[in-house]
Amino acid sequence: MKIIDIIEQFDSNTINTSEKKTRRETLSLFGDITKKMALTAIPGALLAAIPSVSKAAGNGPAAIVDVLNFALTLEYLEASYYNQGIASGVIAGADLAIFNQISQHEDAHVTLLQNTITSLGGTPVNSPIFDFTAGGNFTPFVVYAQFLALSQAFEDTGVRAYKGQAGALMANNDVLTAALQIHSVEARHASEVRRLRTKNGLDTVKGWVTGSSRGTLPAATQAIYDGDDILVQATVNIAGINGVGNDAATEAFDEPLTQAQVLAIADLFIV
Amino acid sequence: MELLEKDLKKMGRLSFLKYSGLAVASSAIIMQSSCKKDDDNTEGINLGSGDTGILNYAYALEQLEAAFYTQVMASPYSGITAAESQILSDLQKHEVAHREFFKAALGGNAIVSLEVDFSMIDFTSRTSVLNTAKAFEDLGVSAYNGAGKLLVSSDYLLLAGKIVSVEARHAAAIRDLISPNTASFAGNDVVDTQGLDGAKTPAEVLGIAGTYLKSKINASNLPTS
Repeated sequence: MKIIDIIEQFDSNTINTSEKKTRRETLSLFGDITKKMALTAIPGALLAAIPSVSKAAGNGPAAIVDVLNFALTLEYLEASYYNQGIASGVIAGADLAIFNQISQHEDAHVTLLQNTITSLGGTPVNSPIFDFTAGGNFTPFVVYAQFLALSQAFEDTGVRAYKGQAGALMANNDVLTAALQIHSVEARHASEVRRLRTKNGLDTVKGWVTGSSRGTLPAATQAIYDGDDILVQATVNIAGINGVGNDAATEAFDEPLTQAQVLAIADLFIV
Repeated sequence: MELLEKDLKKMGRLSFLKYSGLAVASSAIIMQSSCKKDDDNTEGINLGSGDTGILNYAYALEQLEAAFYTQVMASPYSGITAAESQILSDLQKHEVAHREFFKAALGGNAIVSLEVDFSMIDFTSRTSVLNTAKAFEDLGVSAYNGAGKLLVSSDYLLLAGKIVSVEARHAAAIRDLISPNTASFAGNDVVDTQGLDGAKTPAEVLGIAGTYLKSKINASNLPTS
């Protein structure tokens, strides 16, 4: 029921309000996005933004710079999103302290990554141009529920993205530690936004991800949660531990995403 | 998830850690006095060296957290709300999952069950329980963040990464229970001006965790870089 509510909300506030879409049409619109994600094996806009992302993996300085430019692209996305969100006035006054804090962190991450890339002899990528309406499908700077939904989507993606890159940074302890320190900040953000959505009656999600559930987020975000429902870790059956069970087993371990998986998600919002 | 599958396959080949069959956790944490292993240097429970030592270090912290939440749920503070009870119950399950994971993964290399000292915690007080939870979760986050670089195996680094973000999710939730709808969930007391969360060395972490442990931990063989 909640999903339909959200979709109707998205629908009634879509940019093409003159053409009121039926629920079926709206659902197929989300379906199209999902299809686009599935078919986009190599997200063009992002590959252009990150020229060396497709190079063979290594763990020398160049490989580390590549990973940091990947991270920087995600931070550009988040920083831009929160700066626009705060400027738009869409955020409820009672929640501004939360989003001001998140916004400051994302801005700081952009600066830190740019400086780190430069100090390693690399060149920070430029920010892509973002379209947070994803081609007119969302209005996050008009409808607060949508702003919160995309915020959760970006934070949960960020957690999985950094996690997936940790191994590629092992050759540089300082960079690895900094990446881990960013990673846990993204997780704090994700937890807060998830719980805020539930407190506002928009969802029933907890601060942690249960199974591969996206809750009431649109279907287009499912790739952010796919594969997070693992019950066995390194041959240990977590779900079988006395008192744990399936839900807690999946909540207790966050899973990584590959660069390609993350870029396919982010590409929805890149012009 | 091909990265993960590859990592897990590699993990399966690692020989120096034998995965024993999963020991079923009893409902109450086993608290035994520190049976002294025959250490080659000093007294206390020796965590060991290399990646094994770091995993035992994580196992020790997870034992502490699991014991704490188990006691919280066994005797909830008065006035606990349904929402608070749900969160604390989840945290208990997650920390038990982490504890039993490390115990099973370490197999014969696992340290013994630790004896905790919660005498300074007032389990009847919401303030005392939540502030302790906040301290433990923030400590866990900074411990994993600081230990990542000490691991040699990328498989273990990934596993630590899977756990630390959950600890950070916990920390934010507990902080929000204490100071709802403020910046506290990722407050300036834990996240610096560069947007970085804490990262502490094992020595720093164990210095704090030791306050809550009767068992003496010997971390002298842990890697330091």
